[in-house]
Amino acid sequence: MNILFAVLLLGGLALLAGIVLAIASRVFHIEGDPMMERIDAVLPQTQCGQCGYPGCKPYATAVASGEVDVNKCVPGGERAMLAIADLMGVPPKEVEEEAAPPMLAYIREDECIGCTLCIKACPVDAIIGAPKQYHTVVESHCTGCTLCVEPCPVDCIDMLGKPEVLEEWTWSAPGKSRLVIEDSAEGETHVRAA
Amino acid sequence: MSGLLDRFTTLLGKGAAKGAASSIELKAMIGSGGFSGGVHPKQMKITAGSPIVQSPLPPRLILPLKQHIGQICTPIVEVGERVLRGQKIAKSQGYVSAPVHAPTSGTVLAIEEHAVPHPSGMGRLCIIIEPDGKDEADESLPPITDYRAEDPGVIRERIRLSGIVGLGGAVFPTFIKMLRDHRHPVEMVILNGIECEPYLTCDHRLMLEHSAAIVRGLDIIMHAVEAQRGVIAIEDNKPDAIAAMQQALADIAFEHIEVRVLPTLYPQGSEKQLIQSVTGRQVPAGKLPLHIGVLCQNVGTTRAIHDAVCLGQPLTQRVVTVSGDAVPSPANISVRIGTPIPFVLAQCGLEDLSGVRLIHGGPMMGERLSRLNVPLVKSTNGLLAMRQEALYSENAVEEPCIRCGHCVTVCPVGLVPNELAWHCRNDQFDRGQEYDLFDCIECGCCSYVCPSHIPLVHYFRYAKGQVAKIEKERSFAELSKARSEARDNRLAHEQAERAARRSKVRKQQAGDAAGEEVSGAETSGDGKEDKA
Repeated sequence: MNILFAVLLLGGLALLAGIVLAIASRVFHIEGDPMMERIDAVLPQTQCGQCGYPGCKPYATAVASGEVDVNKCVPGGERAMLAIADLMGVPPKEVEEEAAPPMLAYIREDECIGCTLCIKACPVDAIIGAPKQYHTVVESHCTGCTLCVEPCPVDCIDMLGKPEVLEEWTWSAPGKSRLVIEDSAEGETHVRAA
Repeated sequence: MSGLLDRFTTLLGKGAAKGAASSIELKAMIGSGGFSGGVHPKQMKITAGSPIVQSPLPPRLILPLKQHIGQICTPIVEVGERVLRGQKIAKSQGYVSAPVHAPTSGTVLAIEEHAVPHPSGMGRLCIIIEPDGKDEADESLPPITDYRAEDPGVIRERIRLSGIVGLGGAVFPTFIKMLRDHRHPVEMVILNGIECEPYLTCDHRLMLEHSAAIVRGLDIIMHAVEAQRGVIAIEDNKPDAIAAMQQALADIAFEHIEVRVLPTLYPQGSEKQLIQSVTGRQVPAGKLPLHIGVLCQNVGTTRAIHDAVCLGQPLTQRVVTVSGDAVPSPANISVRIGTPIPFVLAQCGLEDLSGVRLIHGGPMMGERLSRLNVPLVKSTNGLLAMRQEALYSENAVEEPCIRCGHCVTVCPVGLVPNELAWHCRNDQFDRGQEYDLFDCIECGCCSYVCPSHIPLVHYFRYAKGQVAKIEKERSFAELSKARSEARDNRLAHEQAERAARRSKVRKQQAGDAAGEEVSGAETSGDGKEDKA
């Protein structure tokens, strides 16, 4: 009799818990993959494809499903790798390729034939122009992914280093750039790193 | 910069605090003001007795289009145009900005990038003027003699048009600080006559020589913000300035303004620390003095406000202390803004700049200039030229933290600099922010007392820059993501449309074919029209 009572009680509790869980899974249902979204949020969104996937989101999806390592994002560098490893709960793995310094695409406009191929290639719509019109790159939107260089039939796109501006200058870490200043009598200045 | 501080601290007498006697001497160095912490660096105010002299006109004036905190200005003159003294040559772009005025009459030679006083050594767009020596004034701003009868809004607009920014070194546009907010009425205006940085004496000399103008300037500010109380705060190391200001108040018979003498302590001249010393109240982190009903203005700024309102002169010159052991005759000089710094140094007998380290500002908070051919700007309150030999601790190497805790004791904000530096050094900026990185005022007290020569402030500046950079990259990534998603959606939409069109065309073709069959059937007289 006691055994029957225990079985009934536990069975009832299990049933109740099951119903609660079933309701909760409906009520708190989340669309999409939260892990993928969190990984996507730490990626630099250059959409450059250097990881072997066609964009940041596909790479995030692949990482979240565990089919690829956490160290494939080149422009994200060590910081992105550490953040992803932290999210995934896996040991960090060194990023093999060194990220190139930030670049911007420039179109030599007098050579552009207006074929719109680069416009179609740009993953962030940073190139404007129309068929048989000059195209140009919107500097503030360019991520420097280099995807526009390959399709150009006349090779009129240059990848140039992002110009350094005073507003974006920040202090470097102590001991990393002690400058030696040499001034000639004419007031000219030479600065070199010690 | 902290590398610089390391070098300076020895010069300022920290050398004495080294070794066995350090804890006793350090205790004597740590003062007790309204705020906790602070240090007593050696004063070195060698120019305190030198009257302000007027610098001659340089052969060329270089005016950076941004000499304030906020947005850069746009030039409104053209190359070759003749300009007059006080004429506006660049206008504000955006709200937080201050216009630039021609310091003398002359011709615009060029509008081009030129090196500016900045630790990066980078350049910025500047207007270059060749003076014609006539110094003709533009008199488009009439003097307001009876300012008490004017509307406070008119006074503030005059201050905005005159390009006045905080001349203590922070160069925040002054008119913004003077906005009236009915939720936070200004009860007290504090005139900052502290000048706690070693070496600097320009505010001290201004208080001695232009006391009447400064007192009137304070009255103008009080009228503009409708404040009832005015306090002139001066440290007790300037007894002559205290007497001069009291005399000026007695002469004009201003009873709503008082002089408050405070014990000498660095960094009492920092706005929030000064407010705490004067009122006993703290400005909460992330808030403005306005939120506790206080407005602070520097002595030089106040004098510039007086000149702008009562004389109709925009900000085109300022007083600067030229000092340091490499300067043969240190002085306080009134210089036109835009004067090349080598020209100013030459006025003090320093012509050969080889082996000279140049510091823009005071030794505690100033920045070492990596280029010498830069103009003097609105923020230049001091120019210190030091011989390399004098900075013998240039070879000082950063040693491990010994956890003595001196930096914690002297921090005027109550931070834990050693822990904070640890996180910054290891690029753990999140942890750094938990340790209130952004409350650091970069006063340099911690670097000054550190027996291990750890450039603490430099670490904090580095970390602040990195946090800003990461934040910028993150917002750019978000923008890129939005653009990329929009593109993907558009492409998907276009493809769907094309597919729809194609299937429609196909359906139509199929329909047409069927129709032909039907019409064919009709002609054959079958009469079956259901299909159509």
